[in-house]
Amino acid sequence: MTTGTDHHLIEIDGLTKAYPGVVANDDVSFRIKPGEVHALLGENGAGKSTLVKMIYGLVKPDSGTMRLNGAPFAPAEPRAARASGVAMVFQHFSLFEALTVAENVALGMEDPPGQRELAHRIREVSETYGLPLDPDRLVGDLSAGERQRVEIIRCLLQDPRLLIMDEPTSVLTPQEVDILFETLRKLSSEGTAILYISHKLEEIRALCDSATILRLGKVVGECTPREVSARDMAEMMVGTTLHVPTREAGKGGEVLLKVSGLSVASTTPFGTTLKNVHFEVRAGEVLGIGGVAGNGQDELLAALSGETLAPPDAVSLRGRPIGQLGPNARRRIGVLAAPEERLGHAAAPDMSLTENALLTGVIREELATGGFVNWPKTRSFAERIIAAFDVRTPGPDNAARALSGGNLQKFVIGREILQKPDVLVVNQPTWGVDASAAAAIRQALLDLAAEGAAIVVISQDLDELMEISDRFAALNEGRLTAPRPAKGLTVDEIGLMMGGAHDMEAAHA
Amino acid sequence: MIRLEKRPSPSKAWTYATPLLAVLLTMIAGGILFAILGKDPFESIRTIFWDPLFNAQFASYSRPQLLVKAGPLILIAIGLSLGFRAGIWNIGAEGQYIIGAICGAALGLALYPTESRLIFPAMVLAGALGGWAWAMIPAILKTHFRTNEILVSLLLVYVAEQLLASMALGLLRNPEGGGFPGSRNFRDYPAAANPELFEGTGMHWGVVAALIAVIFAYVLLSRHMLGFQIRVTGQSPRAARFSGVSPTRLILVCMGISGALAGMAGLFEVTGPAGQISIDFNVGYGFTAIIVAFLGRLHPIGILLAGLLMALTYIGGELAQLMLGLPAAAIQLFQGMLLFFLLAVDVLTNFRIRLAKREAA
Repeated sequence: MTTGTDHHLIEIDGLTKAYPGVVANDDVSFRIKPGEVHALLGENGAGKSTLVKMIYGLVKPDSGTMRLNGAPFAPAEPRAARASGVAMVFQHFSLFEALTVAENVALGMEDPPGQRELAHRIREVSETYGLPLDPDRLVGDLSAGERQRVEIIRCLLQDPRLLIMDEPTSVLTPQEVDILFETLRKLSSEGTAILYISHKLEEIRALCDSATILRLGKVVGECTPREVSARDMAEMMVGTTLHVPTREAGKGGEVLLKVSGLSVASTTPFGTTLKNVHFEVRAGEVLGIGGVAGNGQDELLAALSGETLAPPDAVSLRGRPIGQLGPNARRRIGVLAAPEERLGHAAAPDMSLTENALLTGVIREELATGGFVNWPKTRSFAERIIAAFDVRTPGPDNAARALSGGNLQKFVIGREILQKPDVLVVNQPTWGVDASAAAAIRQALLDLAAEGAAIVVISQDLDELMEISDRFAALNEGRLTAPRPAKGLTVDEIGLMMGGAHDMEAAHA
Repeated sequence: MIRLEKRPSPSKAWTYATPLLAVLLTMIAGGILFAILGKDPFESIRTIFWDPLFNAQFASYSRPQLLVKAGPLILIAIGLSLGFRAGIWNIGAEGQYIIGAICGAALGLALYPTESRLIFPAMVLAGALGGWAWAMIPAILKTHFRTNEILVSLLLVYVAEQLLASMALGLLRNPEGGGFPGSRNFRDYPAAANPELFEGTGMHWGVVAALIAVIFAYVLLSRHMLGFQIRVTGQSPRAARFSGVSPTRLILVCMGISGALAGMAGLFEVTGPAGQISIDFNVGYGFTAIIVAFLGRLHPIGILLAGLLMALTYIGGELAQLMLGLPAAAIQLFQGMLLFFLLAVDVLTNFRIRLAKREAA
């Protein structure tokens, strides 16, 4: 894969970029050879995004130099970077759902050929690299994995010498990950270098030739991922020894939450309709719900939190129908939730942490009397969350949006856990959260279960689900597979559940 | 090359500075406008902002006018600000103001010439109910049929104006008025009148109500759950839903409060300073109150100050018409510019300006 010569495709020397109040990159240097798959590892806020944005011409470094094939390289804008052979696939796609694959590809090209010619080339590239894709299909009909292929093919049509991929597997099923890796290996063998950003350590070990590890904007280590353990890399990333959650199997509590025949029509045109969802969760149990994003996760959370109402019997707590109850009525009886989107859903971005503590805590923490808010009490509730969950912030008067993603997530989850729920439903509890914060959040969920709560964790991170779930189920196009014990599930079985092979559960039920 | 850079959090200092800066810019632009009209800009600005309060010749008349004009502006703006904070845009306060005046006045006129202390309070209530009911039309159309409240409430202003004309010419016309349009004058009916409470201050019951509304709104927004729900809904509707706020209920409550306050303002005006229901007793307070609400940062205390300032431009404007022969439209333009500049400089609250060499975006 590596060419074995001393020639480097891109040399990065002493790149520094400071933003008001934070140095995003501090004297970062590394080199990538042609055909090398190079991992960029780091926690959230370590400076990975800023670094690749500088390479892609989106951000201009304060100091430091880059050389591409030995020549000075300082792209003023992404177009210049693309012209020099640097392409990037972003974590969030920029595709128009109402247009076809070919039309979307053409929009991203400097000088697109005619539609027929382009369709021909898309087919050619997709066959060459094992990325099945029909150029005439509407992007709106494609899965997340297929949409990513559109982005990749858009890059490949420009014959890049360096392909930057930002967390590409976060939206893929295990099978789709395998296909992607095959493609990347083939590209690498043809001499295209790949800069691969991820925090999924096993993937990096499977795919990458070398890795640069960033912490707080600085390079703190380089390694050959195949030769070190995932745990070692994680510890380099966070700079401390990882705390692995320990799970005491708490079995056999009473059924707290029961969902039967829950069908909810989507309220938005692009949403997913929930179809006949069944499951139950016992006291002390964690039910993990996997599935590729956009298959009904948000809708399921909303139906459980009370944001969307259902027929009374569709959701019940200890046998009492609660489907018709709104969010506050459910909070009153101990059913709490933490949605995926921290800013704007779980928390109001411009409001202080104190106000955000009031947002969901007012009922169970009795923060208001006769409609009048008890601000000192609310503030002390916020302070308790900050202290108990190690939220890094100057104080409860800070706006929610001033917190980093991980810290805000700790606050949001902590806010619900401190209210001692009987049932807690969380969606993507550790999405975009660094490893140590993620471990702390998972441990807190497990502790809560150990105290006898029933917990539903909706997540796209399979490793996380396998780590904390007692039982596992997957959402697919609004349908939920029958939950199965998490212990002993293989990656293939999980993939099939996520892919929607519903008939196989019958044998296990 | 000027670049705008988003601030990590809104600047407190600029939040307070932008209204002042907007006033300053309006004075400059207004001065230029007056100069083009061939008037001395400095004299014009002085006539509008200084003379009404401190000129020995005019102050005795115009100082009381300050409260007379500020009262309804503040009362209406306080109501509007609650909805605006929640992202509910009642633009039709002028219509609610008219309907409130008609309903309250109609009750009083129906009871003429009965004497009772209860008549005036009952008229205030009827005025509030009238404004509330008129605001419920766009509110219910919005919650049930998802119509746009901006459009519906605005269009209902013109319906209200037609209704006012028909009332002044028909049902409510003074039977002893010799066929002239307009109702009986409330000055001749003490039980239903809203007189000046203290000689020479301009203080009437509407001003009292406005001050109470300021305090009420302040407490509501800073201490009460409803105020908190209003603020959350405006900033982040999904978070509000998640926290259990019913958007339907909030729309009805906010539209209802703003309609009721506007209706009350109308009743106070028609029974006091205006004196009678006439075809054109309304002078656009309902629209100007929108400027007052924004100029006051949708904050009760800010609205109190902004209301006084706008009242000053009304009085000063009249004075400038009288003394300098400035056209009435120039004053309205002046008031409009104030909102325009405020919205324009508002960007400084959330962004900082960077002077930098051109950089690729």
